[in-house]
Amino acid sequence: MDEFIIRALIAGIMVASVAGLLGVFIVWRRMAFFGDTLSHSALLGVALGMLFNVGFTIGVLASTLLVGLILYSFQKQKRVSNDALLGILAHSGLSMGLIALSFVQAQNTNIEEWLFGDVLSVSWSDVYFIAVIMLVIVIIMRWLWTPLLTLTVHDELAKVEGVNTNLVNLGFVLVVALLVATAMQIVGALLITALLIIPATTARNFAKTPEQMALIAAFIGVLSVIGGVYASFWYDVPAGPSIVMFSTALFFSSHAARRLL
Amino acid sequence: MMNSDKEIATLKHVSLRHGSRQILQDVSLTVEAGKVLTIIGPNGAGKSSLLKVLLGLQKANSGEVKLRDGLRIGYVPQSISIDNNLPLSVHRFVALGGSGSVSEVLSLLKIEHLSNTAIQLISGGEFQRVLLARALLRKPELLVLDEPAQGVDVMGQGELYEKISTLRNHYGFGVIMVSHDLHLVMAKTDQVICLNQHICCHGVPADVSRHPEYHRLFGDMPNSGLAVYTHHHDHTHDLHGNVVSDDHSDCHHG
Repeated sequence: MDEFIIRALIAGIMVASVAGLLGVFIVWRRMAFFGDTLSHSALLGVALGMLFNVGFTIGVLASTLLVGLILYSFQKQKRVSNDALLGILAHSGLSMGLIALSFVQAQNTNIEEWLFGDVLSVSWSDVYFIAVIMLVIVIIMRWLWTPLLTLTVHDELAKVEGVNTNLVNLGFVLVVALLVATAMQIVGALLITALLIIPATTARNFAKTPEQMALIAAFIGVLSVIGGVYASFWYDVPAGPSIVMFSTALFFSSHAARRLL
Repeated sequence: MMNSDKEIATLKHVSLRHGSRQILQDVSLTVEAGKVLTIIGPNGAGKSSLLKVLLGLQKANSGEVKLRDGLRIGYVPQSISIDNNLPLSVHRFVALGGSGSVSEVLSLLKIEHLSNTAIQLISGGEFQRVLLARALLRKPELLVLDEPAQGVDVMGQGELYEKISTLRNHYGFGVIMVSHDLHLVMAKTDQVICLNQHICCHGVPADVSRHPEYHRLFGDMPNSGLAVYTHHHDHTHDLHGNVVSDDHSDCHHG
């Protein structure tokens, strides 16, 4: 087996399993559009990271956290509805990112790589970096799990019971931002949300507890990555979209299977 | 006068506005340990907002909220809907509230048979008990209930208030609750506050039910013959700070 496939599989499996862990919360909290907003506007972060020469990860983290803060500060007003605001930020971030990237075109960037990812081109140092980031996310999530679940069920009840809801929400935005920054390389800015919500929604069919649902979602994400990476290698189709197609196939077949059982 | 070390929660001259709309105006009240305080009032009177200010979920525009240091609060909010995508059993839902023994509170409220049922599948009346169980798990010193008998049938309502009353006697916590069920509540409460943005009248149930403001607010309701339910404790409490004037225009707000 070629080494680049092994690298792609390792990187993809790590990102997809952590995406399953976070994706269940995105589904429970109905934040699919929020995931889109963070990942689309992350393209601006990529461009900024390159322009200021600090690396795209730092750029993406900065832009995602900025978007998170803007959303948070707008939450208290009622004149602009939340989903309109998400749409505005998603597409303005994407547009600004595309414009900014056109300035760095000279340094041979391929915009498509950022939009749809290129998992087959990850290097060993990318793999190590992704491993560290995923470990950080898992550690934060371990600490965040119960308060975040409490908050997801009912946020006023959680507040009265002593959950620091601002801190927990901020922590969650941070881990999603970290995931977006790394998943950019695997499935690209436009498809990250798919990695978050499709495995999680599929897992609902089989789970009896929140933890089961997260683990099953992670497992389904891993299966999708394996399928997608191999399809991409054998049939020479783009890897990111293939991964998403595999998880979609699993989603529909799980529904069919459930109906038969 | 009441004993000040029994006061566990106090509001002083609290006012709350949403934009130009006055929600609460100069509301003062005290919750005492081991006593039940019930807030009644028409829709839109600010009853739920009052609880939210007390709980710190909403900041008052003016006035003061004082809770005893480290006060453990059990809260039963008005309505909860839980996303169908979240696989959560009743047991787990209650366990999220704290570190106490879940099976103990479930059997206390006679809902241990629901323990493994998905939270989305239980009825409204069962849900109210589950919420109460979660509040009790925290061994509260103050129980805050927003329409606890919502979705509970009439038989169940009486039972639920009876339960709250026995638990209060057993654990000695203070209770502040909002309710619509006038005659049921009146029998089990120590103090009643009639709220319509400001406090129209307050006192022991027997006195409040004779108060003209009370009749102005609720007089048109059927079965307002509350004298039957005169509370057997009411000789032990003073009527304090009695009350707004008889001027009926007092309760009209823009």
